[in-house]
Amino acid sequence: MKKDQLDEFEVNIDKCMHCGACVGSCPQNAIYLREVVLEFNDSCTLCKRCIKACPVGAIKLVESA
Amino acid sequence: MKRDYDIVIVGAGPAGSMTAKWAAKNGARVLMIEKRQEIGSPVRCGEGISRAWHDSVGLKLDKKSLAWEVKGAKLVAPNGTPFYLGEKMAGDEVGIVIDRVFFDKQLAREAIKAGADLQLKASATKLIKEGSKVVGVHVNSMDGPRDISCGCVVAADGFESQVGRWAGIDTSLAPRDITTCFQYRLTNIDIEHEYCEFVLGSKAPGGYIWIFPKNEDTANVGIGMQFTKLHEIADVKKHLDKFIQGDPRLRKGKPLELVSGAVSICAPIEKTIGDGVILVGDAARQIDPITGGGISNSCKSGKVAGEVLAKATQENDFSEKSLMRYENGWRNLIENQLYRNWLAKEKLVTLPDETFDKVIATLNDVGVEKMSTLAILKAIGDKYPELVKEFQEFL
Ligand SMILES: Cc1cc2nc3c(=O)[nH]c(=O)nc-3n(C[C@H](O)[C@H](O)[C@H](O)COP(=O)(O)OP(=O)(O)OC[C@H]3O[C@@H](n4cnc5c(N)ncnc54)[C@H](O)[C@@H]3O)c2cc1C
Ligand code: SF4
Ligand code: SF4
Repeated sequence: MKKDQLDEFEVNIDKCMHCGACVGSCPQNAIYLREVVLEFNDSCTLCKRCIKACPVGAIKLVESA
Repeated sequence: MKRDYDIVIVGAGPAGSMTAKWAAKNGARVLMIEKRQEIGSPVRCGEGISRAWHDSVGLKLDKKSLAWEVKGAKLVAPNGTPFYLGEKMAGDEVGIVIDRVFFDKQLAREAIKAGADLQLKASATKLIKEGSKVVGVHVNSMDGPRDISCGCVVAADGFESQVGRWAGIDTSLAPRDITTCFQYRLTNIDIEHEYCEFVLGSKAPGGYIWIFPKNEDTANVGIGMQFTKLHEIADVKKHLDKFIQGDPRLRKGKPLELVSGAVSICAPIEKTIGDGVILVGDAARQIDPITGGGISNSCKSGKVAGEVLAKATQENDFSEKSLMRYENGWRNLIENQLYRNWLAKEKLVTLPDETFDKVIATLNDVGVEKMSTLAILKAIGDKYPELVKEFQEFL
């Protein structure tokens, strides 16, 4: 599965610690930590590893119907 | 065309600053870029280290970098039984607790004194290449976006490292080789502040809980869990919160600081150099797979990298062949131990609580001279060979 416009990552800024645990765990190098903002690029394969790796549970995948 | 710098180092943590210091000291023109606005902050570390390696990298901790000294380590079995180890025996990860906010600045200051430049709030966003050769880096900063040309780019960009992968070096990690972490700096707690404490077993599946004192009533209380042992969202924080609530010494504590992050617990990676690029520290996955400690290896490899880069600058040769001196140099220093500890980690994460209980009981029975994996296994094996039969290949 390839990421397309229907799938969006939602990063909860109330939780995110900008620690980069998701960035380093991503097998595709698809996340960039820009200051306090995570940018996802389209090499993402939706493996969801970043979601599991986040120590505080800040990332959510919003799947559109 | 004259290049802007001989060396551009991405990331001013311990690995970056050590590399910068030893390269600049020996004549290279060095720029460090760091995307944060303050060196060393926010802290992403338990801050426990030993003294054993400081001389070998020319480090003299200044007063502020040193937060607290302990007598040794306390290992706690899942059933609560402790085993105490003195500092001399406690291996490479305990002895002192540092203050990374000052420690990282001390290392950066020494790099600057040696002649390196440093720019804060400057992020590398991509590499500039000629074919497969790295010849510079694109940087966003207050000065706006710009290309900086150089002979060699150093990836010292920590766990989240992207520079190596941009250069085509595979640093991606298998799930079993990732530990995710959460930590509170808790104050108003009642701990044995003379020991760094390690709690083993299923309270922290595939990892451990640490209590590293910062003073009499304050400590870094953290947890690392192997990625493959995570089940729920935010599992790692949940496990730590549960542990703190269940421990009467800690329950009334309040956090002064929150830390999250991750470390690699992998075997040494295949390659840490390319044409015009080298990887150092967490970016090169040089963390000890058992303890998750990486400061000492970052400093050791950083020194090797800096010295090799100074020579490469003099010879004006940043080819992969020239940089092999770094690849061989750091492997000679730490590769064996990294590999052995990775193998041991692969076994340790499979052990049930009862086995940890037996191991701690045995250690209390027979004693041990040194907290190296090998020494502990030998001590146990002498008395209870059946306990270590799975580890026979190490003995
Ligand atoms: C929770 C936790 C507890 C730990 N506890 C211990 C411990 O007790 N003892 C121990 O020895 N080790 C510990 N470690 C590991 C230790 O923190 C690391 O090994 C050490 O910091 C590695 O140093 P480094 O210089 O390689 O990377 P870092 O210290 O991570 O530095 C990398 C730097 O690069 C910067 N950077 C990243 N990307 C870019 C970019 N694109 N452009 C510019 N700058 C960039 C970052 O902002 C950062 O400052 C712990 C780690 C964690 C997460
Ligand atoms: S889902 Fe997988 S590929 Fe996509 S950003 Fe997260 S870790 Fe990377
Ligand atoms: S791992 Fe979680 S807390 Fe850390 S940067 Fe990613 S989303 Fe934020």
